[in-house]
Amino acid sequence: MKTDTIAAIATAMSNSGIGIVRISGDEALQVADRIFVPKKGTKKVSEMDSHTIHYGYVRDGEETVDEVMLLIMKAPNSYTREDTVEIDCHGGVLVMKRLLETVLKYGARPAEPGEFTKRAFLNGRIDLSQAESVIDIINAKNDFALKSSVSQLKGAVLNKIKELRAVVIHQIAFIESALDDPEHISIDGYAEELKQITENLKNEVTGLLKSADNGRILKEGINTVIVGKPNAGKSSLMNILVGQERAIVTDIAGTTRDILEEQIQLGGISLNIIDTAGIRDTEDIVEKIGVTKSKEYLEKADLVIYVADSSTKLDENDLQIIASIQDKKAIVLLNKSDLEAVTTRDILSSKLDKTIIEFSAKENTGIQELENTIKDMFLQGEVSFNDEVYITNIRQKNALEETKKSLEMVLKSIDDGMPEDFYSIDLMNAYEELGSIIGESVGEDLVNEIFSKFCMGK
Amino acid sequence: MPVVEEYYDVAVVGAGHAGCEAALACARLGLETIIFTVSIESIAMMPCNPNIGGSSKGHLVREIDALGGQMGINIDKTFIQSKMLNKSKGPAVHSLRAQADKAAYSMEMRKTLENTDHLTVRQAEVSEIIVEDHQLRGVKTFSGAVYYCKAAVLCTGTYLNARCLYGDVVNHTGPNGLQAANHLTDSLVKNGIEMFRFKTGTPARMDKRTIDFSKMTEQFGDEKIVPFSFTTDPEDVQIDQVSCWLTYTNPETHRIIRENLERSPLFSGMIEGTGPRYCPSIEDKVVKFAEKDRHQVFIEPEGINTNEMYVGGMSSSLPEDVQYAMYRTVPGLEHAKIVRNAYAIEYDCINPRQLYPSLEFKEIHGLFSGGQFNGSSGYEEAAAQGLIAGINAAMKIKGREPLILDRSESYIGVLIDDLVTKDNHEPYRMMTSRAEYRLLLRQDNADLRLTKKGYEAGLISRERYERVVWKEKMIEEEIRRVESINIGANASVQSLLESFGSQPLNTGTGLAELIRRPELNYDMLAPIDPDRPELPDDVREQVNINIKYEGYIRRQIKQVKQFKKLENKKLPKNLDYDQVSGLRMEAQQKLNLYQPVSIGQASRISGVSPADISVLLVYLEQLHYKEKKANESVGQE
Repeated sequence: MKTDTIAAIATAMSNSGIGIVRISGDEALQVADRIFVPKKGTKKVSEMDSHTIHYGYVRDGEETVDEVMLLIMKAPNSYTREDTVEIDCHGGVLVMKRLLETVLKYGARPAEPGEFTKRAFLNGRIDLSQAESVIDIINAKNDFALKSSVSQLKGAVLNKIKELRAVVIHQIAFIESALDDPEHISIDGYAEELKQITENLKNEVTGLLKSADNGRILKEGINTVIVGKPNAGKSSLMNILVGQERAIVTDIAGTTRDILEEQIQLGGISLNIIDTAGIRDTEDIVEKIGVTKSKEYLEKADLVIYVADSSTKLDENDLQIIASIQDKKAIVLLNKSDLEAVTTRDILSSKLDKTIIEFSAKENTGIQELENTIKDMFLQGEVSFNDEVYITNIRQKNALEETKKSLEMVLKSIDDGMPEDFYSIDLMNAYEELGSIIGESVGEDLVNEIFSKFCMGK
Repeated sequence: MPVVEEYYDVAVVGAGHAGCEAALACARLGLETIIFTVSIESIAMMPCNPNIGGSSKGHLVREIDALGGQMGINIDKTFIQSKMLNKSKGPAVHSLRAQADKAAYSMEMRKTLENTDHLTVRQAEVSEIIVEDHQLRGVKTFSGAVYYCKAAVLCTGTYLNARCLYGDVVNHTGPNGLQAANHLTDSLVKNGIEMFRFKTGTPARMDKRTIDFSKMTEQFGDEKIVPFSFTTDPEDVQIDQVSCWLTYTNPETHRIIRENLERSPLFSGMIEGTGPRYCPSIEDKVVKFAEKDRHQVFIEPEGINTNEMYVGGMSSSLPEDVQYAMYRTVPGLEHAKIVRNAYAIEYDCINPRQLYPSLEFKEIHGLFSGGQFNGSSGYEEAAAQGLIAGINAAMKIKGREPLILDRSESYIGVLIDDLVTKDNHEPYRMMTSRAEYRLLLRQDNADLRLTKKGYEAGLISRERYERVVWKEKMIEEEIRRVESINIGANASVQSLLESFGSQPLNTGTGLAELIRRPELNYDMLAPIDPDRPELPDDVREQVNINIKYEGYIRRQIKQVKQFKKLENKKLPKNLDYDQVSGLRMEAQQKLNLYQPVSIGQASRISGVSPADISVLLVYLEQLHYKEKKANESVGQE
């Protein structure tokens, strides 16, 4: 059920000292009540005075999410002029993410891009002379959100959601056509069938939710591009990295893996690995496209792993690569360290001021060092990735949760023996929520489905 | 040359279901009104199906009635069979449908028009609208007579440049061979109105004496008949009913149709108009749903004093000989004689986005329109718009605010909002699935939702209004009482539950909880509720529904609250959206074209994104601020 109370992470999504999750709206205090346990006393958040700070814990049921400071600002004395609660938690991407998810679970909805500012403005908090900049904020954030949200979805997930939506709309259309034209179309006994279909849908959505928890929904993580001349050992490295993938192996059932991209966890850090070997394969066919693609990937990369072959001399290919990664965050892997070195660490370091790791794909050495290096770079903030990916993920996860809730409501209606017209209300909500993940609204979908699939009377 | 010149407040063009409601509303509100029709005999004619109501359409009739319209009263007086559809489903989709005696329906409405004060009925073809400087001044008939008026309501139905087709036969007439209106379109186009061309169709009528009903299944009406109008005494409608009959097409029917498809004007491309998808011709059904080897056919009487029978489900524009061949493959119709051929009809209508939700043209003040002219289809949809257009023509003349119903308070609101806001590419039909708050928009509570609006407009008597206020109070008190009652697990309770096949109680529970059990209801539990007051049927019905579906209803009420927020943010008229910086180009174009009245309406225009809506909200806030400042400075001077 959508509320008008919104929440978002107010600080940058990086591993800094403190993170802030902000809640604003009519039910902000009630939402906080549901999750906050003060260290001292038993006072409810809604009973606490405005402009006070409280120390305690955020709990999701039995589980403690984080130790926090809670700031209460009651309407109209807040930025948005609505009841506002700010939760100061430990910095750290995962903690903030988890905290926001908890807030959403207990009754807030994810804020639209620029929504806090919009509310502040509409409630008269921001001077009218600033209207233009408010519009700019809204537009910029929306442009970004539009570009990012769907493009970050994995192709397989996108297809899965489209598939689920098609099933949902078909059921609604069937129910509605029967309600509209009961003398032509009968839905007697349909409840049992729908129950089975809804159970299946729910399982699928639950699967997607698990994937979302494991970061498998979005192409999130540090965009890591592997480059190197042919035969330098890129594919071997890829195999080692993918082979080492421990934490998350469950892929979404019935989907194919991206050929070019793999997501792995290395030392607890998500890497989105792009093997340019794949690009090279296409180069023969349409050389230009291949080259442009390589460049594009390099530009987008948060981190470049350059695999150099120590057993051969640096050639034209290597020099080109070295030139193109001068300004990028990069790690050099000096592969084939088990063989006699022709290209040495010294030769390379004279051309490129980057960390160089000696590595042997064959003997599987150097991987630990690579892992440590990447981890250090990440924790020191040398490499990071786009905040918005996390935000998008939370938004989409929230939509999946809502979808699941709606499907559960359908099941409940069936079990309670409610008439069929009640099923389609919650099915429609599920359809809308799924649509919001892939950026599609409902529009005339239902009417179109009814007329194209069911033969209506007169 | 001397010409006839007359003066009225309102001129209504067309006396079909929309025109009748429009004219009656204006005249009843005390305005001198004239209604034009090409044929007095065709007032409130039903040129297609012989029934009123049905899924979602029944809701419309109830709403028309609650606002003070005529359709419900008229059908209650002239129906010959009645049925509540979807009775086994939830209350939101219960829909009343009545078979009409067509001739009686038409005659009864004609009698009502002829005996309404301030109303003049005139047989003439209106060929021009007279507009000066974006203001309607009057209408002119084909004979040259001029009728000056302050407002006009166009309800031309399917008559504008109409042609009827079957096979290669083309008749340049309106429905039933009536004279078409061939001149008005030119005048509308000259005045800058954008026209569409739509198409619809009707099946053949058969001679009852030539039908073998023994091969069909009889379809009876309900045992207990419920009237449409809230003003009709249920006792008065318990009549002897006439039956309908069910039969089916078969593979032979479909073979004949398939073999003759190229002779249909639809498939040959002779028909230019866009037809509705929900009301397909039998040839459409056979092509589109090729996997079905039979389709239902309902044989329905057209009236008591005629032998004509309507062949529901088999509208067609195939040639006469193919019609004979195909109809005669249907069991029971082997020797049937056709009284009237099936045909398709094409007609001019408008792109309804040129209208405000008040149904007034944005570019021509004082010009209103309703019904099929606005791109809808169906008698009930037409009547609903006619009523609103009529009321708003009257409000305009009286200098009052227009009556605009929104999507959360009525099907009429959904209907009009869809017409004026969404891209409309086919004749629009009402459906319950179009109403997002349908749990609240039930046919059983139309009086509670709309009587007050009808009263404020001036079409509902004080007495009727007060009855609704009293009913509301009774419902509220009884719900409160029921919710406070606890039921113990005693013997009489257990035996009552058992008698209804309901699980016995383990411990005490609330009476409301028991009412929510699917197998129980409010009335059934009367024996264990000794303090229950004596209440009328309609109050008990509301108490039952409100308690039984309380959770769902509460959720929808919450959604409506959100919806209303944007609906109540009004946008200024004639705003130049090119001047609103921050809107995307597509949104600017669409908003300029549609000129929505509220942010809510703007949000439903395709091509306007949530970000555009945020920009509009900010813009609106700026505008209000500036206005406030301007007012303050005027006050200081």
